[in-house]
Amino acid sequence: MLKEDCASELKVHLAKSLPLPSSVNRPRIDLIVFVVNLHSKYSLQNTEESLRHVDASFFLGKVCFLATGAGRESHCSIHRHTVVKLAHTYQSPLLYCDLEVEGFRATMAQRLVRVLQICAGHVPGVSALNLLSLLRSSEGPSLEDL
Amino acid sequence: MDETVAEFIKRTILKIPMNELTTILKAWDFLSENQLQTVNFRQRKESVVQHLIRLCEEKRASLNDAALLDIVYTQFHQHQKVWDVFQMSKGPGEDVDLFDMKQFKNAFKKILQRALKNVTVSFRETEENAIWIRIAWGTQYTKPNQYKPTYVVYYSQTPYAFKSSSTLRRNTPLLGQTFETHNSTTPLQERSLGLDINMDSRIIHENKVEKERVQRITQETFGDYSQPQLEFAQYKLETKFKSDLNGSILAEREEPLRCLIKFSSPHLLEALKSLAPAGIADAPLSPLLTCIPNKRKNYFKIRDK
Repeated sequence: MLKEDCASELKVHLAKSLPLPSSVNRPRIDLIVFVVNLHSKYSLQNTEESLRHVDASFFLGKVCFLATGAGRESHCSIHRHTVVKLAHTYQSPLLYCDLEVEGFRATMAQRLVRVLQICAGHVPGVSALNLLSLLRSSEGPSLEDL
Repeated sequence: MDETVAEFIKRTILKIPMNELTTILKAWDFLSENQLQTVNFRQRKESVVQHLIRLCEEKRASLNDAALLDIVYTQFHQHQKVWDVFQMSKGPGEDVDLFDMKQFKNAFKKILQRALKNVTVSFRETEENAIWIRIAWGTQYTKPNQYKPTYVVYYSQTPYAFKSSSTLRRNTPLLGQTFETHNSTTPLQERSLGLDINMDSRIIHENKVEKERVQRITQETFGDYSQPQLEFAQYKLETKFKSDLNGSILAEREEPLRCLIKFSSPHLLEALKSLAPAGIADAPLSPLLTCIPNKRKNYFKIRDK
């Protein structure tokens, strides 16, 4: 993401889980991306526990889920539907990207930087909430069956 | 190709873990794509290394090429070194110099070579405006020792330089001189960091403390170098069932359960070593896994005490 051309100052905080250590001063957080590794049940469990520590206001478009590992189906120990349901429960978008593949990674990074700029309010006329409702309206009715 | 150069390249490649080998060779950019394609990386490491050395001979690798490979290896494993930080200061009234990379490299090399006849100096620039300098030290009468080099990483847009700790301490003042001359002012102050350095300040590791703990434990358990090549480990368990749940049928069973667990991998010990840093397992790992090199066996029978 840092390699992308971005007019704003971009910082990335990496954390294994939430909550973050409280002893640090941090700038405002504009976007939380939960990376779920479909090859690891531990990853899903960790994400679910971390979600409990996220303030409700973030779920108005400032949270998204990124599932990796879908390409290698034989290694997946989490069913795709599980993450779809999780994202649906938290009303947040779900993105798929096999982070091990350079090309996919670069594209996803571009996408996330755009999302981040919107969430930070750096794109005039579009807010995080706008984006969220735009993404939601493209979801099919089949999600209701889950 | 000189025998010492061949040996040096061989030892450097042997240090590289198999899973990093192609990445590092590509970064080195000495052997061509065509040459690399002729290598079967699935063989035993010794065979791969032998093949690579032959290819280096074909291309007439020089000492400088070998030194570059060493730099690339160190860049990938920089976290395994302890670095001291130096800050250069300017005297009052000094203008900001325009940095000329070529001039810097020439001047640096000249100063060291003038002082010590036997010294190997190599440079590699990276994207973040950093220049990696590798120095192998000799004396007036002996050739440079390629196995104990010092690394200096200088960020040209900053007043900071990082130097790897070296057993050859006597050369520190000489290095100091090279920087003094370049920035031509007051002597350097030394500040030790001694921790993991992530060169990009825009990435913040929230769990740094934990990450460092895991790195430290992994290093203490597995050491710095490549693990011995092992392809599987087998554990035969004959233990009674243990459970937190009361009244489960299995908990009442008197006889031990028999169970066989087999771990297999192209490089099992390296895989185990990478578990905790990858976040897949907690550190420290179970001693049942880490005792394999110590006990010199990979078949275990586990019974209740």
